[in-house]
Amino acid sequence: MLAITHLRKSFGSLVAVDDVSFSLDAGCLVGLLGPNGAGKTTTVSMIAGLVTADRGDVLIAGHRLSGDTDPAKKRIGLVPQDLALYDELSARANLRFFGALYGLTGRALDDAIASALGLVELADRAGDAVKTFSGGMKRRLNLAAGLLHDPDILLLDEPTVGVDPQSRNAIFENLETLKGRGKALLYTTHYMEEVERLADRIVVMDHGRVIAEDTLGGLQSRFAPAGGDVATLETVFLALTGRSLRD
Amino acid sequence: MSLIPFAALVRKDLQLFFVDRRSVIVSFVVPIAIASFFGAVFASGGQNREPARIGIALIDQDDTPITRAIVAGAESDKNLKVERPTEAEARERVRAGKTAVAVVIPKGFGEASGQAFFGNAEKPTLTLLHDPSKTTELAMVRGVMTQHIMEAVSREMFSGDQGRQLVDKTLPQIESSSTMPADQKKLLVEMLGSVQKYYRERQPADGRDARTRGGITMPYTVNEEAMTAGSNITYNGYAHSFGGMAIQFLLFAMANLGIEMLLERQRGLWNRLRSAPVSKLTLLSSKAVSGAVISLLILFVSFAFAMVVFKVRIEGSLAGFFGISVACALMAATFGLLVAALGNSPATARGVTTLAVLMMVMLGGAWVPTFIFPAWLQQFTLIVPVRWAVDGLDAMTWRGIGLGGAVMPVVVLMVFAAVFWTIAAARFRWEEA
Repeated sequence: MLAITHLRKSFGSLVAVDDVSFSLDAGCLVGLLGPNGAGKTTTVSMIAGLVTADRGDVLIAGHRLSGDTDPAKKRIGLVPQDLALYDELSARANLRFFGALYGLTGRALDDAIASALGLVELADRAGDAVKTFSGGMKRRLNLAAGLLHDPDILLLDEPTVGVDPQSRNAIFENLETLKGRGKALLYTTHYMEEVERLADRIVVMDHGRVIAEDTLGGLQSRFAPAGGDVATLETVFLALTGRSLRD
Repeated sequence: MSLIPFAALVRKDLQLFFVDRRSVIVSFVVPIAIASFFGAVFASGGQNREPARIGIALIDQDDTPITRAIVAGAESDKNLKVERPTEAEARERVRAGKTAVAVVIPKGFGEASGQAFFGNAEKPTLTLLHDPSKTTELAMVRGVMTQHIMEAVSREMFSGDQGRQLVDKTLPQIESSSTMPADQKKLLVEMLGSVQKYYRERQPADGRDARTRGGITMPYTVNEEAMTAGSNITYNGYAHSFGGMAIQFLLFAMANLGIEMLLERQRGLWNRLRSAPVSKLTLLSSKAVSGAVISLLILFVSFAFAMVVFKVRIEGSLAGFFGISVACALMAATFGLLVAALGNSPATARGVTTLAVLMMVMLGGAWVPTFIFPAWLQQFTLIVPVRWAVDGLDAMTWRGIGLGGAVMPVVVLMVFAAVFWTIAAARFRWEEA
């Protein structure tokens, strides 16, 4: 569904992403891990068409993205790390706006809004201004806004930052439902337990490069401690990226 | 450009504007309130209104027929509002700023002015106590009092009892003068002799009011005709004040729109918008259109209020008025984009933009008409877009100028809009630094 090959992006002398390649299949969730400044968000931005790669390709079902208005962008849904919502507007007004950006109108838009709100369990608060929502509700609405146009690929950039365990669990259930519907999900996070629960494959980045890519079990077996114990993902992550502090 | 996303972007901006009650009040109610105030201040002269009278204090320490005539003349003057305090009270009132000018007619003024009228005596001194902040009123009072004093003294000298006595007294003095040149003495003696003869042969009381008797009067009358393009159009100061204030507050609204764009970028909203299949041109132009719609609403609501309440009329071209309004709205909307393009952060942009808007509206004549500016400043302000908007709206409203008068303001405002748009499109950063 999604294939990125030899992506490279630099900002001045800083190489943010260097020769990154991986793929994402339908019905799979790939966890993209890395310390701060590893190049995760730049990679997601290039996939979403926000940043133009210096080199390499982003292929959506074999189609290379070209330009801001490429219709293939409708196959991608972005759930950004920031709560990209209009606080003064109601949840429904927010979704109506974001849906219209993808060309949805009339009945199709109404149905999409109802479906998205139902999935994130906010249907009863549809008419309320977003500013009255809790942090967890805003996160769920943020997710709903990325789903409205029924994308094949969902890019989730740290979608659970700052939410309570209940809301986080609700989001996990939403994502598992979406995976079950055949969506391809790319999930960046700092929380190892989230990836352990959700990811089919894990890509670890550091200093702009992919330093490991495998299933959870594959990574654990590579870094299994002596004595037959199972390595935690955090142990694997620290073994791969080191213990020095990052900016 | 796809219309569905474009319409959604415009609708969203309008929703955000109208859901913010503070923005609505600031954009619609405040300009109407301030324009009403400025209109009331500058509206004098129009619509058969009484002109504002200059308050003066008049102290007559002489109390002779001449000075009483001066006082009567001043009291009947439509430009003056005369009070009669004591000199001490008058000084205090002027010092406190309650009275612009106090005129002190000293003891002996009547007789001395009569004698000086023919140039043979020392001139008496008229004291004008004035508020130093009101030099314009001082100049007006000086002129008005000159008229009344000349009328009163000449009338009395040629036809009044005090004048008769003065002529009787002055004539021997001139005849006995050793300092006056002989030819001048001869002429004055002949003239005053004729006046004396006129007094004697004339009936002492001919039934005419003192004011209608002879003397020097203004040798002309004034016909004041307001020059506008239409006929019977009176100046309505509210037309100017409402145009100016509407422009000021729509610029503030558009500057706020630009700052909102910076906030949207800061909150990551632009990333979500740009992940949709929508071009940057669509995103920016939708902002320009929503900004222009809001600006037009502010202009039209302000003028609608002025039309209903203050009887402001579009005496010129209606098409020209709409043309200037649209051009002004586009200029303001692209100014908002410029704010977003040049502002580093919402906080810094807000301060700089407030200053920029205030400078533009001040220099553009939105507060007070530019004709009171020095000549060099009037020329300089032609580079300020607000000047063209204000002059254009003035032309289409109270000046009553036709469609031709709207062409130049529309062209200039559209050029400003194009320049602002070009800079904004080139400089706007889509990513937070």
